Amino acid sequence: MENSKNIFNENPKSSLAKVLDIISTMASKPSGFIGLAILIFHVTLAITSPWFAPYDYKAINPTLMLNAPSSEFWFGTDSLGRDVFTRTILGGRTALTITFFGSIIALLWGGLLGIFCGLVGGRIDDIVMRIVDAFLSIPWILAMLLIVSLLGTTTEVLIPALGFFYGKGIVRVARAATHDVIAKDFIVSAKARGHSNLSIIWNEILPNVRDAILVEGAMRWSWMLLGFSSLSFLGFGVSPPTPDWGLMISNARGLMSFAWWAVIAPIVGLSSLIIGINLTADAFAKALGIDRSTKAPV
Amino acid sequence: MFFLIFKRFVLGLITLFIVSLITFIGVEILPGDACTSYLEREAFGEALAACIKRLGLDIPAHERYLTWAYNVIQGDFGYSLSGQMQINEVLGPRIKNSLVLASAAIIIGIPLALILGIITALWRDKMPDIIISTVAIFSMTIPEFISATLLILIVAIWLEWLPGIVIVPTDVTFFELLPNIILPVIAIAMIMTAHMARMVRSSVIQVMASDYIQMAILKGVPYWKMVFKHVLPNALLPAINVVALTIAWLLGGVVVTEVVFNYPGLGRLVIESISNRDLPVVQALGIILASIYVSINFIADLLTLMLNPRLKTLQTRK
Repeated sequence: MENSKNIFNENPKSSLAKVLDIISTMASKPSGFIGLAILIFHVTLAITSPWFAPYDYKAINPTLMLNAPSSEFWFGTDSLGRDVFTRTILGGRTALTITFFGSIIALLWGGLLGIFCGLVGGRIDDIVMRIVDAFLSIPWILAMLLIVSLLGTTTEVLIPALGFFYGKGIVRVARAATHDVIAKDFIVSAKARGHSNLSIIWNEILPNVRDAILVEGAMRWSWMLLGFSSLSFLGFGVSPPTPDWGLMISNARGLMSFAWWAVIAPIVGLSSLIIGINLTADAFAKALGIDRSTKAPV
Repeated sequence: MFFLIFKRFVLGLITLFIVSLITFIGVEILPGDACTSYLEREAFGEALAACIKRLGLDIPAHERYLTWAYNVIQGDFGYSLSGQMQINEVLGPRIKNSLVLASAAIIIGIPLALILGIITALWRDKMPDIIISTVAIFSMTIPEFISATLLILIVAIWLEWLPGIVIVPTDVTFFELLPNIILPVIAIAMIMTAHMARMVRSSVIQVMASDYIQMAILKGVPYWKMVFKHVLPNALLPAINVVALTIAWLLGGVVVTEVVFNYPGLGRLVIESISNRDLPVVQALGIILASIYVSINFIADLLTLMLNPRLKTLQTRK
C-alpha cells in the first residue's frame, strides 16, 4: 500500500478520510483532546464573538472606571470604563488572523526554500544556509521591532514581517527532510524516467516532506502568536482601541494592584490559546510520527 | 579535532560578518535614515545637516559600512544619537546588569533542569513525571510577559514579599542590584528550566531504551550505578547543544522580561533605542546580541567535542 502510493501517485484513501484519521488519532490522547478542544473553542469564539459581545468594545465611560466584576460587567471594567468581558472575547481575533496568515507565509517561503536548498545542495545551499544562520542569530524581537517601528504597525506590515522571521527555522527543517528523501530509490527512478525537476518536487519530494513541514508550521504558529502578543505588549503591535490581549495586559498592568480583573481576563485568554495550539501541534506531530521533543526552540 | 574547532570558529565569524551586513543593509533599505527618523518633525535645515555630518551619512553607504565595521572590530561603536554619548559608555553597565541576570538564571536553571529532567525520565508516566511535565508545559508555553506579570501580581502585590519593579539607576553596584533581581531571575529561569528539563527527559529516555543499557540491566548492574555511570554521561552530551540553543533563544525573551520588571539591562536598551529611533545603538545591539548567540553555540560545540571521545576518533579517521 505504502509503496504503490509513491509509484502511481494515487491515494488509496481520500484526503478527507486521511485528515479525519489524523484528527481522531490526535484526540485519542487526553493532551491532544484538550488542545483540540481549546483551539476549536477559541476559533469559534473569534469568529462568532462580534454577534454576542454585550457592549461596544471602544465605548469609553468615565463613570464606570475600574468596576469590580459584577452581574452587569462579568469581568469588570478597565481604566477607561470599557467592559473587560467584551474586550476579552474580541481580543483574540486580530492575533489569530494575523498569525494564521503569517504562518501560511512562513510555511510557503520556508518550505519551498528549504526543499530547494536540499535539492540543489552544493555552493548555493551553503550560502543560503549561512544567511539563514545569520538571521537566526539576530534576536527576532530586535529585528521585528526595527521593522515595525520604521514601517508602521499595520496588518500589511505585520503579516509579512512575522511570516518572514518565523519562516527561517522552517527552511532548516524542510532542508533536512529533503536531504533524507533525496537519496531514496524512487527519486533516482523518477530522474531516470526523465521527469522534470518541478515534477519531482511536486510528486515525489513534497508528499514525503509535507508532514515534517506542517508540524513545524503548527509549532511556529504558537511561537508567532507569542511573538505577536509580545509586540502588542511592548506597544509595537496593533494600535488601540483595537481589543488585543497583549495590549490589554500591558494597559491594565500598571493598575493591577487594585484592578486585577482587567489583567487576569486577557491573561487567561492568551495563555489558554497558546497552550491549546501547543498541545494540538504536539499531538499533530505524534499522530504523524514525528518526534520534536529533542529540538531546541529555534 | 583542532581543525574542526577552527572550522567552527571561522563559520561563526562568517555568520557575524553576514549579521553585520544584514543589520547595516536593513537599516539602509528601510525608509528613513538615522537622522530623519531620529529628528522626526525637526528634520530640516541646520539640525538635519549637522546630524548627517556627524553620522557621516553624506558619504556612500559601502564606505560608511567599511569604516563602521573597522571601528567595531576595534571595539568602537561610535556615538548614540539621543544621549550624545559614546555607545560603549551606554552599553557597558547594561551588559554587566544583563550578565548578572543571565548568569543567575543559568546557575539556578541548569542544575534544576538536570534534576527535573532525570526524575521525569526515570519515573516516566508516573505521578512525578505527570506533575512536573504539566507544570513545565505551562511555564514553557505561556509568554514571558504573562508569567512575569503574574509573578509581580502574586509575589509582589498580593503577598508583598519582594519588590515588584526594579527602580535602580543603570550604573548600580552589584550588591545593590541583588535583592531586585530575584523575581526577574525566577521569571527567566522558569522558562529556561522547563525547556531544558524536557530535552534532558527525552534524551535520558532514549538512552534508557538502548541496547547497552538493556545489557547492563541483564548483567545485574545496580540501578543507580547504571543510571549515573552509563545513562547520564551518554544522555547529557547531546543535550549540551540544545541547551545552548535554548539559552541563546531566550535572548529575545529576556528583552520582554526586562521591560516588565523595568530592569536596566540590554533588553530594555533594545526597546529604548528603538522607541528613540536611535539607529546606531540598534545596529550595535544587533551585533552584540548576535555575537552572544554565536559564542554560546561555539562554546557548546567545543564542550561536546571535548567531552565526547567518539567525535575525536571520528575526526582522526577522516
